[in-house]
Amino acid sequence: MEQKLNVYNDEKLLKKVIEDRNITIEDALDNEMIINMGPQHPATHGVLRLVLRLDGESVLSAVPELGYLHRGYEKMAEDMSYIEFIPHTDRLDYTATLCNNVAYVLAVEKLLGIEAPKRAQYIRMMIAELSRLAAHMVAIGTYAMDVGAVTMVMWTFREREKIQDIFDRLAGARFTTSYTRIGGVASDADSETIGMVRAFLDQFHSALDEMDKLLLSNRIFIDRLEGIGVLPKEDAIALGITGPNLRASGVEYDVRRAKPYLFYNEMDFKIPTYSEGDCLARYFLRGDEVRESVKILYQILDKMPQGEIIANEPKHTLAHKSEIYSKMEELIHDFMIINYGINPPVGDVFFSAENPKGELGFYIVSNGTGNPWKMKIRSPSFCNLQALAQLCKGAMISDVIAIIGSLDPVMGEADK
Amino acid sequence: MELKELIVEKLKKNFGESVEEVTDFRDDLSITVSTNKIVDVAKFLKEDDDLLFVMCKDVTAIDWAKRKKRFTVVYHVYSFKNNYTLRIKTNIDENPPKLDSVSSIWLSANWYERETYDMYGIIFTNHPDLRRTYMPEGFQYHPLRKDFPVLGIPGSLPLPEKI
Repeated sequence: MEQKLNVYNDEKLLKKVIEDRNITIEDALDNEMIINMGPQHPATHGVLRLVLRLDGESVLSAVPELGYLHRGYEKMAEDMSYIEFIPHTDRLDYTATLCNNVAYVLAVEKLLGIEAPKRAQYIRMMIAELSRLAAHMVAIGTYAMDVGAVTMVMWTFREREKIQDIFDRLAGARFTTSYTRIGGVASDADSETIGMVRAFLDQFHSALDEMDKLLLSNRIFIDRLEGIGVLPKEDAIALGITGPNLRASGVEYDVRRAKPYLFYNEMDFKIPTYSEGDCLARYFLRGDEVRESVKILYQILDKMPQGEIIANEPKHTLAHKSEIYSKMEELIHDFMIINYGINPPVGDVFFSAENPKGELGFYIVSNGTGNPWKMKIRSPSFCNLQALAQLCKGAMISDVIAIIGSLDPVMGEADK
Repeated sequence: MELKELIVEKLKKNFGESVEEVTDFRDDLSITVSTNKIVDVAKFLKEDDDLLFVMCKDVTAIDWAKRKKRFTVVYHVYSFKNNYTLRIKTNIDENPPKLDSVSSIWLSANWYERETYDMYGIIFTNHPDLRRTYMPEGFQYHPLRKDFPVLGIPGSLPLPEKI
């Protein structure tokens, strides 16, 4: 009791308490209010923190704060060999692990000047597209859940589970795959895996149509997204937005088409674009992209060639374990690669690949030793989040959730 | 004329001695320019009708540790018209690590430069909002510098008190 009195003896505090008592709802709506949203907020897709200045219910300004998941991968990469870093690429965009694996090894292969065999490249293309499907399923499901359509997330995760089962069979892990190797892939895709992919694709069409029916007959869903968070074409380019968010603003830019890697130049697919640039367009675009990916996957399965799955570059690629145990040359090379690294030539390369979130780029500087001298990860989520401040300005506070969901950031990637 | 030759020729014509080095490794053209001309070069690359490098994809730096000019700031810019990614570099001294910001030309450079400042301590003058992105505001060091140990510096981050 005495302690309580002491508090009230504090004149400053007493004044504040009395002031607080007199605050009415009208006051709160009349005055500006600062709200701290996150980092622990379910709708921020991870540990994104937003500081919002509100006038009543509309947002005057928004400041995104990053770094709550910063693990310093760029620093760690400088202390690791090129091969050691492959598992860490899984942890960037953790909804599309295989896309990151593929992008990283392609960057290192560009630096080395080697190329994987054709079958390995087709397998890479297949897993990248499957991974894109899985990532878009997460994106669409959580996006719909954010704006109130909770059933959707169950339906999309059901499909995603089937893709994870394929990864489980192919890579031995559902989530942290680390499946690609420099110069190829870890293991061959056998006929059963190919069969699983085909069986999945055959039933996926009808599942997609069901999902569309569920959401697009939902008036609330449409009303909450239409015309919200409009990102004009010029602003999207100026802000460095890539991926589905850029295409939803009407720019037909896709790395798979602009600078084809793997065998995307042999694939027949469209690049869906929308001119509206609002939240609804970003939702539709992901749906369209999923359908295009399915088209690409069928073509990959039809054209998949037979052959080697790892390049014949003994100084750069690791031999199979059975060969290391039985052959002298392979044992020597394995020892050299593990102890001294693959020693690419001195120079720097920038390689970017189209990931589900946008353009994932690796800028690698080599000084000729086994570890990279510098590795910069150009993560699409980080760049896309830059638009958040502009999009939230003038929106209602409930729209902020929809806008974050539509940009679809993954904080593992944005914070590196 | 091939695009790479066109870019080099145009830059040399307009900036002469300021174009210090041109390298072409693995089909990646990279052009080193003087630090004091970086904003002019950026403006030229963005606005020239044949080039139109309208999108800045990435800004980062390299710490060379022992070189006389310790840092190299690297820009990756993209042209939709030519479908080409160009790399621009500029070398800067350690004391002080300062150069002009290009965020007035490419809006996206805002966050990239903040990240570079956070990681390398390079100060971009005329930047609208030069704060740390990843590390906490009171942090004294710049983690991606080569003299920062991988394990971190004990006591550099405030931790919650033991109960």
